[in-house]
Amino acid sequence: MTAPALPLIEKPAMRVIDLKLWYGSSLALDSISLDLPERRITAFIGPSGCGKSTLLRCLNRMNDLVDGVRTEGSVLFGGRSIFDPEVDVNALRKRIGMVFQKSNPFPKTVYENVAYGPRIHGVRAKGELDGIVERGLRAAALWDEVKDRLHESALQLSGGQQQRLCIARALAVEPEVLLLDEPCSALDPVATAKIEELLLELREHYTIAIVTHNMQQAARVSDYTAFLYLGRLIEFGETRELFVKPREQQTQDYITGRFG
Amino acid sequence: MTTRTPRRLDLSALFTWLTGAALALDLLLIVGLLVLVAVRGAGALWPHPVWSLGLADGTRVLGEIHSREPIPDAETGRLGDAGRIRVRIGNRDVSGLDFRWIDETQVTSRETPRDAVLVERLEWGPFFGFPAEIRTRAGVVASGPDSVWTAFGPLHDAKVALRERLRDVERGAIGDVNHEIERVRLAERRLEREAPPEPARSERAAALAARRAELEARYETHLAELRALREELADGELVLTTADGAQHAIPLGQIVRASQPNALGLGGKLSLYADRIAEFVGGQPREANTEGGIFPALFGTVMMVFLMSLFVVPFGVVAAIYLREYAREGFVTRAIRIAVNNLAGVPSIVFGVFGLGFFVYGVGGSIDRLFFADALPTPTFGTGGILWASLTLSLLTVPVVIVATEEGLAAVPQAVRQGSRALGATHFETLRRVVIPAAAPGMLTGLILAMARAAGEVAPLMIVGMVKLAPTLPIDHHPPFVHLERKFMHLGFHIYDVGFQSPNVEAAAPLVFATTALLIAIVVSLNLTAIVLRNRLRRQLAGRGV
Ligand SMILES: Nc1ncnc2c1ncn2[C@@H]1O[C@H](COP(=O)(O)OP(=O)(O)OP(=O)(O)O)[C@@H](O)[C@H]1O
Ligand SMILES: [Mg+2]
Repeated sequence: MTAPALPLIEKPAMRVIDLKLWYGSSLALDSISLDLPERRITAFIGPSGCGKSTLLRCLNRMNDLVDGVRTEGSVLFGGRSIFDPEVDVNALRKRIGMVFQKSNPFPKTVYENVAYGPRIHGVRAKGELDGIVERGLRAAALWDEVKDRLHESALQLSGGQQQRLCIARALAVEPEVLLLDEPCSALDPVATAKIEELLLELREHYTIAIVTHNMQQAARVSDYTAFLYLGRLIEFGETRELFVKPREQQTQDYITGRFG
Repeated sequence: MTTRTPRRLDLSALFTWLTGAALALDLLLIVGLLVLVAVRGAGALWPHPVWSLGLADGTRVLGEIHSREPIPDAETGRLGDAGRIRVRIGNRDVSGLDFRWIDETQVTSRETPRDAVLVERLEWGPFFGFPAEIRTRAGVVASGPDSVWTAFGPLHDAKVALRERLRDVERGAIGDVNHEIERVRLAERRLEREAPPEPARSERAAALAARRAELEARYETHLAELRALREELADGELVLTTADGAQHAIPLGQIVRASQPNALGLGGKLSLYADRIAEFVGGQPREANTEGGIFPALFGTVMMVFLMSLFVVPFGVVAAIYLREYAREGFVTRAIRIAVNNLAGVPSIVFGVFGLGFFVYGVGGSIDRLFFADALPTPTFGTGGILWASLTLSLLTVPVVIVATEEGLAAVPQAVRQGSRALGATHFETLRRVVIPAAAPGMLTGLILAMARAAGEVAPLMIVGMVKLAPTLPIDHHPPFVHLERKFMHLGFHIYDVGFQSPNVEAAAPLVFATTALLIAIVVSLNLTAIVLRNRLRRQLAGRGV
């Protein structure tokens, strides 16, 4: 399955402008600028340690939780920099959801995992929560597998199911953007295929950024691809173009596997 | 090259054996201790046969054989077949001794006469004899072993009921009146202190005087009732023939229970055993704690442990949450953590001294001056009590709770916390809804360790409110029902007191084992409850069943 051809200039949901990030004194992101087009999937690829996760974590300010992080530049979301001191970080994270590389369900029941976010944001009514949980699980293509064990511990689910539960959990707070950090790295091909299928469905409603090490995956699911190397953005463009005829030699080397 | 491996002693096998042996030794010691305590404790109240021994000098001895030990041969010094037996002959008011050692060679005949009676008394301990007659003021009611025994049952039941009524009047009605009179006395003192202007003063004084007169009248009626009951109780006595043929009268009102152990079948023995256990667990102590029950000590121990848990859990858990989740890791945090860990190693008596100085004299003294000034100089909270004892113990055990809670918190993965933060939850919401529930088993572990430590701790309690005999329980029917200022009894101290401080240590030894068994049983059951709770929580979190 290939992504359909798209016009290159689309309405961006998020814009990263000249973003620099330091861990202590070491520069991890160097002048990154890119757009995440609305309702499109953007893939971040690059060798290990190049800063993909760091960039992703900037987008919902999860880096705030790391000691000694300093950023420069801006990330615009809804026309406003998310680094603005007036921005409510928790409200921001509600609008920009995140799924981690390693699935991290709460040690609670399946139901409680999905209902957690809405509860935090003030949903109390049982009926409403039931609806949100079902919709979230259906959206994450997990409903049929867990509908009879909603009140069993989430830790009993398989790895792939846990990862989809984390997606359902993120979707339950109705975000506008979904950030996924190597969501399939711990999964087998069947579970991976399920999640890829899911991403293509979610693309209808959400702006998605995904980090992946799997070139085929990036080629299969994403509309745009960003190649990072040593903290710098080497190339960013339409996925098909980037994979078929990359502009940069480094990109060419990386996607053909001739690269450390 | 391969053949030239240097020859080494294979230490790994040896080490495995060593560690295994050490573990086995530990287990053996623990199991041995438990078995000893359980067997001696359970056996303490089991009915023994009553032996009638004929001695070479022509006298007879009646009693229970408690133990036997071999005597070394006079010439060789080796232990042979010869031995001596320790007989509990009771009848302390007649013979002056409870136990007697008898050389086995002196014993010419042994039998267990069916009609031998063991009488357990309120005073002077057990009495062994044969039933002779029952006398009341009206004259001889029954004579001859069989008819005495049949007549005794109903008479004894009546006396037991009478004793119960007597206690009700003493503790209930008279206690209530005393309580009221005490309140009137305090009101009078307050009046004296406040000294209001004249008409009000004499009005209040008159009201108090009237109330006092009424209460004193009520006291007199109860006293009269008490005298009548006592008189009725004093009527009647059971006359027994001792082993040497002398007759001895025991007032019926003094008899706790009488039995003919040799005539009892298994069922009878079991019911006698159950009766004794019920008295032991639920009854009041008698004879300087060496007889009767240990209920006040049991109650005091459990209540103290619960109060302690009530203080230590919130305190320790909150402190641990601050240390682990809020405080910035650094020199100060590390220093505090080291200090907390070292606190666990401070001798417990030091905590007792601190509790006395800080809680009892400091806090308690202030409370007295502020709220109980009428009762001064008699202290209310300014003296040892169950509240101060529990607080002292919670200081003693708080390091355990802090360490266990911190470990529980540290075990909650960073990834799970980040998952919560990524959903837009604040640090506090994450803590409350994800981290603390996940760390709850760790907190329960801390509580388990704290309770085990607290239940067995005696030394610090001796100076902050524990007593060998408390007249009242810390909970009763007088408002406010829970009296945290009261002194209390404790099983650990009870063991020490009965076993080593009583005038009749030999007779009390079995009770020491029974009390120890009970204390261990309490600690184990408190722990088991917490462990079951913790495992259920863990299962819920890990997902094996809900
Ligand atoms: N918390 C941190 N503190 C200090 N340095 C960090 C931290 N996290 C990441 N780094 C550094 O920043 C750089 C980028 O790391 P990042 O995790 O973004 O790489 P990545 O592209 O996601 O790699 P991978 O594909 O292996 O996940 C690396 O050199 C890493 O060592
Ligand atoms: Mg990464």
